[in-house]
Amino acid sequence: MSGHFSTLLLSFGAASVLGVVYIALRKGIVDIEGTPYEIGFSILIYWPWLFIEIVKANIDVTKRILAPSLNISPTLFTLKSSQHSDLGKVLYANSITLTPGTVTVAIEGDEFLVHALSEDAAKDLEEGTMDRKVSAAEHERKNAKIARGDA
Amino acid sequence: MTVAEIANYASWALLLGGSFFLLVGGIGVLRLPDVYARLHAAGVTDTLGTFLILAGLGIQAGFSLISFKLLLILAFMWMTSPVASHALAQASLYAGRKPQLKANHVSKQSAAAFSLPAVEPGEKAED
Repeated sequence: MSGHFSTLLLSFGAASVLGVVYIALRKGIVDIEGTPYEIGFSILIYWPWLFIEIVKANIDVTKRILAPSLNISPTLFTLKSSQHSDLGKVLYANSITLTPGTVTVAIEGDEFLVHALSEDAAKDLEEGTMDRKVSAAEHERKNAKIARGDA
Repeated sequence: MTVAEIANYASWALLLGGSFFLLVGGIGVLRLPDVYARLHAAGVTDTLGTFLILAGLGIQAGFSLISFKLLLILAFMWMTSPVASHALAQASLYAGRKPQLKANHVSKQSAAAFSLPAVEPGEKAED
């Protein structure tokens, strides 16, 4: 990262990594969360779609903020998520929050509590397009779960 | 125009666009009524504002170690800022700060599951 590639510095880096891994193994805190196999390369299809959604949502929120009448209708609603893994839910909840105009406030089981800046943004989410896209990104590597034996 | 000039103009356009969205985020934080609505304005700053500024700087830096670092900054911003927004929203909700709502579509059952304080649409925020 620093642009220095001397053997000394690189070996310090490698030694640090090995040290951290050794300590983590000794403490027994290496778990399945460290190796998120549920999300495969299909995330590369999901990200560009999410990026376009973010740009659209930004323009929508910008218009509402700059409108002289402050064109907002704050809404609180719940949303069912269809992801089977925790990581999938995190991806979905973070996508909702990353998109301006909607924030995931709480998660209980497979239900999300969402605050939206406008009723239109709430309706868009309730249609479930983002939910399906996240689930599609998640299901790609489902056999990894089976290989692990907890499907 | 040479390629360098075009890149320069593109970079300026991106930087100005980014500044615009940062400004809008700031205006939104001032204009919107309560914590929850203001989070959405902060979201504009966090996402598109940051992206355009970093993209503009990336063009200035060219294809180098610096632009790679800028890309990493963007990745970390976009991964951590929703977590921070969510934590802030959840903390203020469970601390008892009621959102000022136009519509509340949370069923009684769900409200109980989330152990929500009762919020009526149109209720005025306390601040």
